[in-house]
Amino acid sequence: MEALIFYVLSAVTLVSALCVVLLRRPIHNVLFMIMTMIGLAGLFILLQAEFVAMVQLIVYAGAVMVLFLFVIMLLNLERMSFPDDPRAVRWWGGMVLAVGLLVLLFPVFKAFVPHVVGTLTQPGSTVLSNTQVIARELFTTYLLPFELASVLLLAAMIGAVVLARRR
Amino acid sequence: MVTLQHYLVLSAILFTVGVMGVMFRRNLIVILMSLELMLNAVNLTFIAFSRYLGSLEGQIFALFVMVVAAAEVAVGLAIAVAIFRMEGTVDVNEIDLMKW
Repeated sequence: MEALIFYVLSAVTLVSALCVVLLRRPIHNVLFMIMTMIGLAGLFILLQAEFVAMVQLIVYAGAVMVLFLFVIMLLNLERMSFPDDPRAVRWWGGMVLAVGLLVLLFPVFKAFVPHVVGTLTQPGSTVLSNTQVIARELFTTYLLPFELASVLLLAAMIGAVVLARRR
Repeated sequence: MVTLQHYLVLSAILFTVGVMGVMFRRNLIVILMSLELMLNAVNLTFIAFSRYLGSLEGQIFALFVMVVAAAEVAVGLAIAVAIFRMEGTVDVNEIDLMKW
């Protein structure tokens, strides 16, 4: 089962990465890059690094790629042409299919809600989540790189503002 | 059974695709995106090793790689915007002010 998920996710990631490099229009490159980020986040979850996967989604797919989109829009590398509204039958057909897909997937979503089976845990032996373990390490052993990273981000922010200023 | 080698091969292929993008594309924005792809491949290597060696350092380092990559993308895109304002293009073959 794990092998199947790994092969599906890696196929998605590889195809998206190839599309990033090979397609002509920058908008397509950015969208396939977002797809690659999502595939990689899935692979991180498969490797039991949930916190890093969520940070990848929030920072990379959510911030960095949106920055790319802004710059592409700013440089007018794409001429925006808004398509016509679809016909009514296509609109309603799409709505019915979306609701049908949700109804079909509802049992799958429900199966993933974590059930707390009635186990008694000793008070004092807790299972730490990935976030807690990383947080503990980041604030004790790796405190200096953490603070230096914040200084680096400050320097990058100032540099970006100064470089992109209008004269 | 998914072994470490599976992840390493996938990461190597992603890195190679990123290198191809940096070498063969002329649009500066796409070059920066291929650079991000290379950094993501390295992140995958770090996380895979962290899982298969049982150490947490790989994930911490991957977080720092993400920080550095985000900072570098911000500055790189600001440079691209400045170049576009000056030259009117982001084609790297056209930016030859420092060519001798």
